[in-house]
Amino acid sequence: MTAVPAQDEKPIPETAHLRRARRPRLPSWVGLALPPLLISLGILAAWQIIVDHFELRAQILPSPIRIVTAGWSQADIIWGHALATLQVTAVGFTAALVVAWIIAVAVDFSPWLRRGIMPLLVASQTIPVIAIAPLMIIWFGFGLLPKVIVVALVTFFPVTVGLIEGFAKTDREAGALLSSMGAGRWKLFRYARLPSALPSFFTALRISIVYAVTGAIFSEYVGAKSGLGIYMSMQKNAFRTDLVLAAVAVTAVVSITLYLSTFLVERLVIPWASKERRARRGH
Amino acid sequence: MAIEAKTPKIEIVDVHKQFAVPGGERQVVDGVSFEVNRGEFVAVIGPSGCGKSTLFNIMAGLEEPTSGELKVDGADAIGVRENVAYMPQKDLLFPWRTIAENCALGLEVQGVWKLEARKRARDLFATFGLSGFEDSHPFELSGGMRQRAALLRTVVQGRDILLLDEPFGALDSLTRIEMQNWLQGVWAKHEWTAVMITHDIREAIYLADRVIVLSARPTSVRLNVEIDLPRPRELSVITSPEFAAIEEQLIETLHEESRKALELQGTLL
Repeated sequence: MTAVPAQDEKPIPETAHLRRARRPRLPSWVGLALPPLLISLGILAAWQIIVDHFELRAQILPSPIRIVTAGWSQADIIWGHALATLQVTAVGFTAALVVAWIIAVAVDFSPWLRRGIMPLLVASQTIPVIAIAPLMIIWFGFGLLPKVIVVALVTFFPVTVGLIEGFAKTDREAGALLSSMGAGRWKLFRYARLPSALPSFFTALRISIVYAVTGAIFSEYVGAKSGLGIYMSMQKNAFRTDLVLAAVAVTAVVSITLYLSTFLVERLVIPWASKERRARRGH
Repeated sequence: MAIEAKTPKIEIVDVHKQFAVPGGERQVVDGVSFEVNRGEFVAVIGPSGCGKSTLFNIMAGLEEPTSGELKVDGADAIGVRENVAYMPQKDLLFPWRTIAENCALGLEVQGVWKLEARKRARDLFATFGLSGFEDSHPFELSGGMRQRAALLRTVVQGRDILLLDEPFGALDSLTRIEMQNWLQGVWAKHEWTAVMITHDIREAIYLADRVIVLSARPTSVRLNVEIDLPRPRELSVITSPEFAAIEEQLIETLHEESRKALELQGTLL
């Protein structure tokens, strides 16, 4: 009895291996997108079933279908608020990028500045945004400026640190090589340190762009004329949980879109980086 | 004119170098003197950590000696970078540049117009066995090809002296032999003056006109041997009795120095 299954088992892994090798390969993005989509669908389905089965009130927990239909009926309004949030995100994030580049490049050229500024940078991150955001409104009103400051404050730090560390990642011997060619500090920066730092920059960009959206919504939540944040706050006060969650879903879509778009920009700006990664992985 | 032709390309006279270390000074280079003639290929060989790299940095103008003289064409060359092109041990090809762009780096840094620099580099691709790879990226090339590209990047700068720091040290032994054979052939056609650091005794004898053996740190010249093997050298020269005789002499001296280097480390520990 024991010998028979052992003999049967033997050829199975071999044919399984052959079948795997022959199976046509799907485009890589399908392989990347399919698992998270399937899991999300599973969670949504379970959510719908639970809400239907226990007949939960929509004020407590609306079903996914309810969220979509309620959200759709207010699509124009939500879209308007989303545009306002996108504007805050874009302006704030651009400001953060400008500040981050200026600080990082200055620090790269001056070790003295580096010692002076790094502790301040870290200190800036210990400021609780939850306390500062309402103050911003007291100081700067309900317009664009206070929100832009909050977004910039939340996002400039990861980009700055990513850049500083990226510059520092430059091969030290590249310095000696360029120096022997006659390069000074500026040419060393331009030919070696700057391009070396770009992959780290894009990694930091990806992390912080998601923070930027969250920061924008947070700053709107405490007070604004328009934006997804103030919309959520208003709907919460009206006990429209379904519309709050519809706005959350829109936020998620916006964040994911921005996150994915950084990959696109990265491919355009530093096409060599993804090629190199693929070569290292052995394709 | 006759006197000028006899002036050595590089003269190193009694060069000393000390580094400040916690609790005093460390003598790294201790009175090194040698000469390199025009068009000569000199190999420098010595035990690990003996101070070869420091000596090289002095020759490249990246560091200044504590005392002593460095002359190129009879003129003081301490701290002067324009005379030499330097090839580091790592290929240091930048992944964001194509091979042609990498090879043109030195010229671009020196202010040559981008397209002109790349054209000059491209013109050498055939000689260096890199034709067809001008627009490839470094990660698409084999180790041997990357090393040839790094050498091209050094040569194309058009400087009088080439400093090669263990150029084939990172390659597997088969590729290394292939590269040595290739370099030997290219060398025969060009009158480049070169100084090469190596750990490989056979590589030194096979490629060089002269081999300089350095002592353990603080380093000085232990041996300065003319290699009289006829050129062009076939790979089979390695098995000749003349080659073996030189090799034996070098191995003995080097082993003695390596033992000293190890004892020195032992006392420091």
